[in-house]
Amino acid sequence: MNTLLILPLITPLMVAAVSFLVWRRKAWQKWLSVGGACMSFVWACALFESVRDGEILTMQAGGWAAPFGISLVADTFAAVMVLLTATMGLAVTIYAVRSIDERRAAFGFYPILQILLMGVTGAFLTGDLFNLYVWFEVMLMSSFVLLALGGERAQIEGGIKYVTINLLSSAIFLAAIGFLYSVTGTLNMADLALKIGALPASLTAPLSVLFLVAFGVKAGLFPLFFWLPASYHTPPAVVSAVFAGLLTKVGVYALIRTFTLIFAFTDVDVDNLLLTLAGLTMVTGGLGALAQTDARRVLSFLIIAHIGVAVMGLGLNSTRALAGTIFYLIEDVIVLTNLFLIVGIMGRVCGTFELARMGGMYRTHPMLGALFLVPAWSLSGVPPFSGFFAKLALVQAGLEVEAYTVVALSLVVGILTLVAMMRLWAEAFWKPSPYVVDAAQDKMQTGKMLLVPVCALSLMSIGLGIGAEAVFGVALTAAGQIDNANGYIEAVLGVRR
Amino acid sequence: MIVMLAFVIGGLYAAGLYMMLRRSITKLIIGLSLLSHASNLLIFTTGGLVRARPPIIADGATEIIKPFADPVPQALVLTAIVISFGVTAFALVLLHRTYLTIGTDDLDDLSKTDLAQPERNG
Repeated sequence: MNTLLILPLITPLMVAAVSFLVWRRKAWQKWLSVGGACMSFVWACALFESVRDGEILTMQAGGWAAPFGISLVADTFAAVMVLLTATMGLAVTIYAVRSIDERRAAFGFYPILQILLMGVTGAFLTGDLFNLYVWFEVMLMSSFVLLALGGERAQIEGGIKYVTINLLSSAIFLAAIGFLYSVTGTLNMADLALKIGALPASLTAPLSVLFLVAFGVKAGLFPLFFWLPASYHTPPAVVSAVFAGLLTKVGVYALIRTFTLIFAFTDVDVDNLLLTLAGLTMVTGGLGALAQTDARRVLSFLIIAHIGVAVMGLGLNSTRALAGTIFYLIEDVIVLTNLFLIVGIMGRVCGTFELARMGGMYRTHPMLGALFLVPAWSLSGVPPFSGFFAKLALVQAGLEVEAYTVVALSLVVGILTLVAMMRLWAEAFWKPSPYVVDAAQDKMQTGKMLLVPVCALSLMSIGLGIGAEAVFGVALTAAGQIDNANGYIEAVLGVRR
Repeated sequence: MIVMLAFVIGGLYAAGLYMMLRRSITKLIIGLSLLSHASNLLIFTTGGLVRARPPIIADGATEIIKPFADPVPQALVLTAIVISFGVTAFALVLLHRTYLTIGTDDLDDLSKTDLAQPERNG
């Protein structure tokens, strides 16, 4: 069933194309997007079901045999990420229906969100480096538009920073692709894995660093993360949510792919570098979160902190650690999307995201307060939520290879996250409101529709915690495939359609 | 020829990065497009700069004789040029919006979103 690989890409594209045709009919665009997101979700589920036991699906675009054409590859890891993308896409589309204002909808918010989701899905599914670049650009272009859509001052300021640093990283990525092609003559990842071993370390080491920098910027790794807290809090919460959930994870995914599939076959060893960067990313992100006074900026720094934890698993470089990373990514995507959505509701209720001016929400919105705690505790790694099991796997893997410092840092960052989260909760919910709140007006502002995706994502967090063994099983299958790349290479190059 | 192009690419990278470090947003965008030109030219150069050597296997031969002009980088660079064209167009519109909204071309005036407390600077 190779069509399964193309369906999650075609669906959002068609939805966006049709939406552009019915440009003046906002309601059509809206419900088309919801329908398309549902369909993408169904395809992603089908794709996940067909590869969850460790099968690898491939599709050669246009029937061109593997190293010459563009390959689409879905191993378990890619399928998990595609499923997450589709799930988050569905959640944010439903949230957007009630939260996006008419002006933004009039300028094509819905079709552009679909194109963003297509770009993210494509980046997960591609087996070709240049194609990965193209998907990155699709994703970036639509994210630029989503970030700046609305044209508020903060958005424009954040937009300039976001656009600049991402274009710089794209230029580095493109240069790295050019160099890699000139020395290997191929850009198919599986083919690269076979051919790159012949190159001397003097060539592969600078190449690997170019890729590390390019993807490090996208992921928000330690010295390269400054654009993230400067821009992620400026657009509407629903846009921040999809950025927080998916975009940085694409960077981590690309890092994992390149360093386990391509550079694993060279003499270059970046494990220690990755561990150092991961440790620094965790600490700066965690401490940064504590210093913020804007709820969305707290979350922005927490994204960075938890990117560090995910990259730590890549640096530890064992099957168990990679499984931990994959579990962690699953958990992180759901939880961070959810947190941004909840904070979006909180901001609507309070009329501000400044912690000092929020408050008293426990009295008016006790349910929201309880809902907030689920992703907050999950992100901090409090049992029995999903974050605990993901981090447990990473810590065990870290202790196995005696990487005590980074393990200790990952535990510290859990505490820092908990402190930041509880501070946010105390400020927004527990503290008496600095203003006299008109409760009736608040009820109107929240809207039940916004709570649907939030509740669904919270349930998912709890479900991942309860079903941790099954999820970890899937993560182990995926990590096994990544760790032993022969299956991937054979699936792409060996089996012809 | 390759050596000369290497210097051109290096010069473009240097000029692009220098322009990006300037305070003016207009120069920032010029810098970005110089950078993408540098990357495009780099990919183009990797295809091999040879004249009149199409990548066609001669009659009766089974392998292509080197050197030949590799068509793949040319296809790649075409894609990259189109992408950078679109991106530059977007950046220019963003620049225009910035000027309309904030009324400045100075990057140092865009520090509002970097501060923990935006009110502090008024």
